[in-house]
Amino acid sequence: MSPREIFALRDHLGAELKGRTISDAHDVVSLTGILSQTVLGGRLRELAGRSVLLKLSDQLRSGLAMIELDGIARRMLLCPPDLNPAHLDALIADAGIDAVVTDEPDSWANSSVPLVVTAQLPPEATAPAKTERATEWLMLTSGTSGVPKIVGHTLEALTGAIVAEGPARGPAPVWATFYDIRRYGGLQIFLRAILSGGSMVLSDPHEALGDHVARLKARGVSHISGTPSHWRKLLMSGSAAQFAPAYVRLSGEIADQAVLDGLKAAFPNASVGHAYASTEAGVGFAVNDGLEGFPADYLGNRNGVEMKVVDGSLRIRSTRTAHAYVGRGATALTDDDGFVDSGDIVELRGDRYYFVGRRGGIINIGGLKVHPEEIEAVINRHPDVRMSRAKSRRSPITGGIVVADVILAEAADPARTKEIRDQILERCRAQLAAHKVPAVIRFVEVLDVTPAGKLARADA
Amino acid sequence: MSVRSKVIEAIRQIAKEQNVVLPELSDDLSLHETGFDSLAFAILVARLEDDTGVDPFTISEDAAFPATVGDFVRAYENVPA
Repeated sequence: MSPREIFALRDHLGAELKGRTISDAHDVVSLTGILSQTVLGGRLRELAGRSVLLKLSDQLRSGLAMIELDGIARRMLLCPPDLNPAHLDALIADAGIDAVVTDEPDSWANSSVPLVVTAQLPPEATAPAKTERATEWLMLTSGTSGVPKIVGHTLEALTGAIVAEGPARGPAPVWATFYDIRRYGGLQIFLRAILSGGSMVLSDPHEALGDHVARLKARGVSHISGTPSHWRKLLMSGSAAQFAPAYVRLSGEIADQAVLDGLKAAFPNASVGHAYASTEAGVGFAVNDGLEGFPADYLGNRNGVEMKVVDGSLRIRSTRTAHAYVGRGATALTDDDGFVDSGDIVELRGDRYYFVGRRGGIINIGGLKVHPEEIEAVINRHPDVRMSRAKSRRSPITGGIVVADVILAEAADPARTKEIRDQILERCRAQLAAHKVPAVIRFVEVLDVTPAGKLARADA
Repeated sequence: MSVRSKVIEAIRQIAKEQNVVLPELSDDLSLHETGFDSLAFAILVARLEDDTGVDPFTISEDAAFPATVGDFVRAYENVPA
């Protein structure tokens, strides 16, 4: 046994559980007495020391199973809902999975996994379990084609930023997120709710946005997080007017000034902050001054997070980063000095760094490198624009040109549309190099967002 | 609007956006003399493709890029429907 005391989720749930709940669109589970309840049919002991695949169709049972399994299982691999079933066998082999927690036991009847445990609601009474080990948390990377990478975390690393911030002041928060809690961004919010003494309202992919917002309001959600794409969708829906959270958080994509200003206008009494985090690099920092980018003096060592910029990309070393990629052929997650290369390209302007895009998302325009996000940030600043996507289109003349799809905040008549198009182009010409100015602007009704809440970039 | 006037209007619009002062657009004006650079032509071809549904320079592999404004307009006029 390690000389250090090991804390599992259950140990964070000891203090005050009354009045706290975890809920989704269908069920509300009280946290009062949750430590003497089970969603695993009382079979937790069978899972002790095992490498457990958490493959459930809903977030509520997933979250409750995490509370039970943490500190008991050797590993747990969280499967996001959009995981391609064709990748399961490879992931099971790579993570050494020897048990699965599922709500569809029939589909595992003929599998090679030796132990299948069914998770069910409502929870049943059971004897409370005692933390016996530091469970390894395995998460999957998003946004890549092919088999996702398995990223290994500990609870200590996952909760590092939450513990560093200390307890929330004022009444216990009611947290919500547009993310799924089986992804890094969503898991952070779930863990915040557990550690902060608050409640958690889960999202539901089948629920209309208006209904979701009505539920957030009915459950008294005070703190809420999502990607800029999630938030732009909410601002476009007209549902935001019914909702008044105290804290609005963005992460997972570049939070440009337009979306920050849009949220500040929609939620005048809320504090609006954007956080920088990734599955691999963990939580880097939060920015709460209402401005895009981050102050240059965040580089160096700050609150135990060391950051530097090498070859244009942000590198992070801290106790909150993941510790390894897991599986056959897993590459090194950090460089020799322990820094994770985030792949996020930043640019220093004045005394602030600005995110300009992903290294892997560069599009090639006539031999010149262009970050689509940089173009979108300019377009999004037009007051009539809600959201945009820049991409490359082949050209017989230059090989490639930039085109942009734009969603307007409100429908406009053709004359006004032409005027807006001209104004957008004028802004782009004033602020961007000639080859970055969109050749064609198309007004569209929707832009695809991935299951991870990020703008879909087919050519990225 | 005829194909010719669509093409001419697109050229004028892009010239305005790019701050290019166009000479008089006669059929025998060489494209080089329009003052358009390759980026401006790339924009022109992309917009005309959206407007007319055709990109004559990608469809036909052997078509040389036209030399004059007249050739350019005819490339759009002569696309089989």
